[in-house]
Amino acid sequence: MNEPRVRLQNAAMHYDALTVLGQPNFPTAQNEKIMNQPMVRFENVTKRYGALTVLDKLNLDISRNEKVSIIGPSGSGKTTVLRMLMTLERINDGVIWVNGEPLTHMQRSGRMVPANNRHLRRVRGQIGMVFQHFNLFPHMTALQNCMEAPVSVLGLSKPEAEARAAELLDMVGLGEKKNHFPIQLSGGQKQRVAIARALAMRPKVMLFDEVTSALDPELVGEVLNVIRKLGAEYDLTMLMVTHQMGFAKEFSDRVCFFYGGKIAEQGSPDQLFGDPQNERTRQFLSAVLEAK
Amino acid sequence: MTIWDWSYVWEALPHLYLGAIVTVEATLFGFAIALILGLVFALIRQSRNRYVSTAMAEVVEFIRSTPLLLQVFFIYFVGPEFGMYIPAWIAGVGMLGVHYAAYCSECYRAGIETVDGGQWEACTALNLSPQRSWRAIILPQAIPPITPALGNYFVGMFKDAPILAAIAIPEMLQRAKNFGGENYRYIEAITMVGFFYLVFSLVASAIVQAVSLWLNRRYHLQ
Repeated sequence: MNEPRVRLQNAAMHYDALTVLGQPNFPTAQNEKIMNQPMVRFENVTKRYGALTVLDKLNLDISRNEKVSIIGPSGSGKTTVLRMLMTLERINDGVIWVNGEPLTHMQRSGRMVPANNRHLRRVRGQIGMVFQHFNLFPHMTALQNCMEAPVSVLGLSKPEAEARAAELLDMVGLGEKKNHFPIQLSGGQKQRVAIARALAMRPKVMLFDEVTSALDPELVGEVLNVIRKLGAEYDLTMLMVTHQMGFAKEFSDRVCFFYGGKIAEQGSPDQLFGDPQNERTRQFLSAVLEAK
Repeated sequence: MTIWDWSYVWEALPHLYLGAIVTVEATLFGFAIALILGLVFALIRQSRNRYVSTAMAEVVEFIRSTPLLLQVFFIYFVGPEFGMYIPAWIAGVGMLGVHYAAYCSECYRAGIETVDGGQWEACTALNLSPQRSWRAIILPQAIPPITPALGNYFVGMFKDAPILAAIAIPEMLQRAKNFGGENYRYIEAITMVGFFYLVFSLVASAIVQAVSLWLNRRYHLQ
């Protein structure tokens, strides 16, 4: 007669185990708190190279699943934003938060201290990045490129990682090319492999750093199509630095215009492209659109 | 008196054979030490800690800037004054290895520095551990291009092996000299040693080239 009760207890235990932080399916109080927090938060972040201040007290919140484009003239600090979030650059001041947790800092006896490597590795596991120059591993096939980190970092078995990699390569339309080496691929194909490689780590945030800038014009479309697909099919927060104004307009939820290490203007694509308020934004957009 | 007497050739051959074994063994062991220790030196040199990397650079510079013979003497003759009794063979081969490790480490460094910085960034973005990044990503790209240079040191080391004679290791040239001294006739023995060095160097170069080609193919590098 006791059996149903035991089962109930088991069920409760299961429920607890499944309540993974941040999963939207389980609306516990704890999760709601986290769900309401921005996915990424830059809080007074300053970056200097010597005397040059690249980013000056940047404040930027990015919500869960939001697609944000960053545009601006070169030297405005837009790529640095992504590089800091990927921990490729150290910041000089401020805090970056990811998913409600400090990335650049950690709690030690109640105080925030700069993060050590272990903390950085744990938190940045939620972030993936695609680079302008692909940075594929040239001595590995497309498949091996996508398997390396899942096996050596996440501890997947080889068959598991291979299945995941093959599926992602299929998704980016390169299932046929999975045994090709980077040198045997076109620029657009390389970039699609790079996207699959980043996705294989199951990131929550994806960073795209001018991913079409190094491509021949006719190859830009295939990469943008993959990014469109990601936006539609995956729960991903995306942050991209881009010179493709048309794509930024169509794809983003929000566009940030950087100028001189600050966000000079931000808003919905319609507002920012259709009715820019800032003089700098107007100058930049007219210069860019004229060039087209 | 004939210029070239074949009877001396046959007589010298067993001596030279024993010497050749010593020379080849010393070169192989010494080069194994140089390859491994050189990589260790190069990796320490890449340390983020400025003091560690500078200290390593100084050590390498010191080893490269003093003669191999002096280093061998130091270990073998000065060592015992401080209670370090090292057998001649270990002292000789070890010092040969350490000396060439310093050269090899510079070679490795050149290889490591030619790997595109973007590769490191990709490693960070994929959250690879530093150890894994070195082993799986950086070194497989850094080493194949420098195999010809490392191979040169292999041949160079072989040619430096006669230095071992200075601490009474009976390598090939020393045996030839002794043989000549005993018979008051040097030409055959010394010429044969020269010929042997030539053949060995050519064979070694061919092997190095084959290894280099294989590595570059294996890792699909240009």
